[in-house]
Amino acid sequence: MDSALLLQLTLNGLIVGALYGVVAMSFVLIYKASQVVNFAQGEFLLVGAWVCWWLLTDWQLPFWLGFLVTLAFMTAFGMILQVVVLRPLIGEPVISVIMATIGLGIFFQALMKWIFGVFAKPFPPIFHAEQVSVLGLQVQSVYLLSLGISLLIMLGFAWFFTLSKHGLAMRATAFDQQVAQSLGISVPRVFAMSWAISAMVSALAGVVVGVVNGVSSALSFYGIKVFPAVILGGLDSVVGAVLGGLIVGLLENWAQYLDANWLNWGNMYGVAPFYALILILLIKPYGLFGTKNIERV
Amino acid sequence: MSATEGASDGWRAEGPGSLNRPRQTLENASDDRRSDSPEGLHRPHAGVGPPLLEVKNIEVVYNDVILVLRGLSLAVPQGKIVALLGANGAGKSTTLKAISGLLKTEEGEVTRGEITFDGERIDGIDPHLIVRRGIFQVMEGRRIIADMTCLENLRLGAFIRRDAEVRRDIEMVYEYFPRLKERTGLAGYLSGGEQQMLAIGRALMARPKLILMDEPSMGLSPLLVKEVFGIIRRLNEELGITILLVEQNARMALSVASHAYVMEQGKVVLDGSAAALAENEDVKEFYLGGHGTERKSFRNLKSYKRRKRWL
Ligand SMILES: Nc1ncnc2c1ncn2[C@@H]1O[C@H](COP(=O)(O)OP(=O)(O)OP(=O)(O)O)[C@@H](O)[C@H]1O
Ligand SMILES: [Mg+2]
Repeated sequence: MDSALLLQLTLNGLIVGALYGVVAMSFVLIYKASQVVNFAQGEFLLVGAWVCWWLLTDWQLPFWLGFLVTLAFMTAFGMILQVVVLRPLIGEPVISVIMATIGLGIFFQALMKWIFGVFAKPFPPIFHAEQVSVLGLQVQSVYLLSLGISLLIMLGFAWFFTLSKHGLAMRATAFDQQVAQSLGISVPRVFAMSWAISAMVSALAGVVVGVVNGVSSALSFYGIKVFPAVILGGLDSVVGAVLGGLIVGLLENWAQYLDANWLNWGNMYGVAPFYALILILLIKPYGLFGTKNIERV
Repeated sequence: MSATEGASDGWRAEGPGSLNRPRQTLENASDDRRSDSPEGLHRPHAGVGPPLLEVKNIEVVYNDVILVLRGLSLAVPQGKIVALLGANGAGKSTTLKAISGLLKTEEGEVTRGEITFDGERIDGIDPHLIVRRGIFQVMEGRRIIADMTCLENLRLGAFIRRDAEVRRDIEMVYEYFPRLKERTGLAGYLSGGEQQMLAIGRALMARPKLILMDEPSMGLSPLLVKEVFGIIRRLNEELGITILLVEQNARMALSVASHAYVMEQGKVVLDGSAAALAENEDVKEFYLGGHGTERKSFRNLKSYKRRKRWL
């Protein structure tokens, strides 16, 4: 037993899990507001990270500026995608919409490879201190930064959905579109806004991962990791998405620990979350936090 | 009161050459049943100038084929409560949705006629824009947002506003509905009466000029019906909000309204002052549970037995 390793892996799990949580939240945002299952969520991370990388390297922008420009660009990107691609599909069968998002995913995946090449590229160094000591563990400062940013985003979501007018409008739209309209809410605008915020937040996560691991098409795997996370959490629950993300992050790392010490099956890291997913869905088919409808009229 | 009522005949819109079988308009009953409501102050110019809302001979079609309203006309003067009565399926909710624009969300369309509010045409405009012009519909079945708290529902009611007085108005809503203030849980767990109060309170938060109320008494105990109608009357008198009220509970509706319309199969078949309608034999028989001598014009009595399909 190597408890230091276990602790280290747990910490890794939390850090990566928080990022999964962030991406899962932005996935749920789109699903809740506009009932679209977005298979191109991972590509939001990919596009965002490449755009930021390009601004920092080719344009030599300082990090904070490149970062802000990226977020602004991705906000517009998400909104335009919704208006141009998804809006005409409103009212079409679910399968058409799913095919459209899968198509978008493939398209942007290929486009990024075509523009930026197939090899991973590192971000220019941003922080000086490389290692920090936390509870006796050596942690890279970028990891801590990533955790901090994830927490900030989660707080931002909490604020948005409970205190801001537009967040409330989004929840109202998710609950009942006709009622939302009767309150003066423009449903198409809410859809566009949900895509804009989702793309922006995912891109933020993409840049964080890019800074830590370098930018490559591997980023779009986050879009796939999101599925066990959101299904664990119950598809339409923002809180569930965060917890689902954390669970997936921890499971991956603990599975790796098990594997390294005893099982030696290899590749448990990637597969474990899906085993857990199957198990949990057997027990709770609506996920851990799926909507309980309030039956009272 | 009857003097004002008489003058109000001036604003009634008659559908031009309508498909209607001749529509009856009742003269005022001589008794003064509404002497309990204070005169005038918040009801300026009854009968003078154009009404706040005017529906002229509209035809409404659902899904391009189902004709539901066939030449319906009505008018709601500024500062008044007007009741719209009728059996199940007569098209009352459809009329309100045509005005608020919510028809669009149900594949419905105004195919003929026009609707004017404050002197401007509003038919064909998107519902979220009509709300901004000052018309708020309290839909049938309350339709509060069950997975939000009372307070969040109220704040959403003020979605269209940008001013800083939202907090103050929430307090005002709590003054009208004190029991809402004590409820901190999810709105979905409120009682039916509380949900109705929340739905009305949410409407107030938008500061509308006109509230369209669809069956506020539905599913409430007689005592609560009384309470809710008392509040409806106060909103009209104290805040000067004009109200178009759809009701099954005709007795209650006629007790707060100044004018009323009776509709049947998509048309207005009878209208007049609330006092006059309350004395009318047909209305008594079919809506007030009185004993008329014979069944004459209200053909779709059987529709009472039909289950409501569009809650
Ligand atoms: N969305 C819709 N699509 C098709 N038909 C509809 C729709 N809504 C209502 N109708 C039809 O229009 C007619 C009038 O309906 P409406 O809801 O306006 O009646 P109502 O007078 O409000 O009745 P109730 O007292 O039961 O609420 C009914 O025959 C109904 O079946
Ligand atoms: Mg109705």
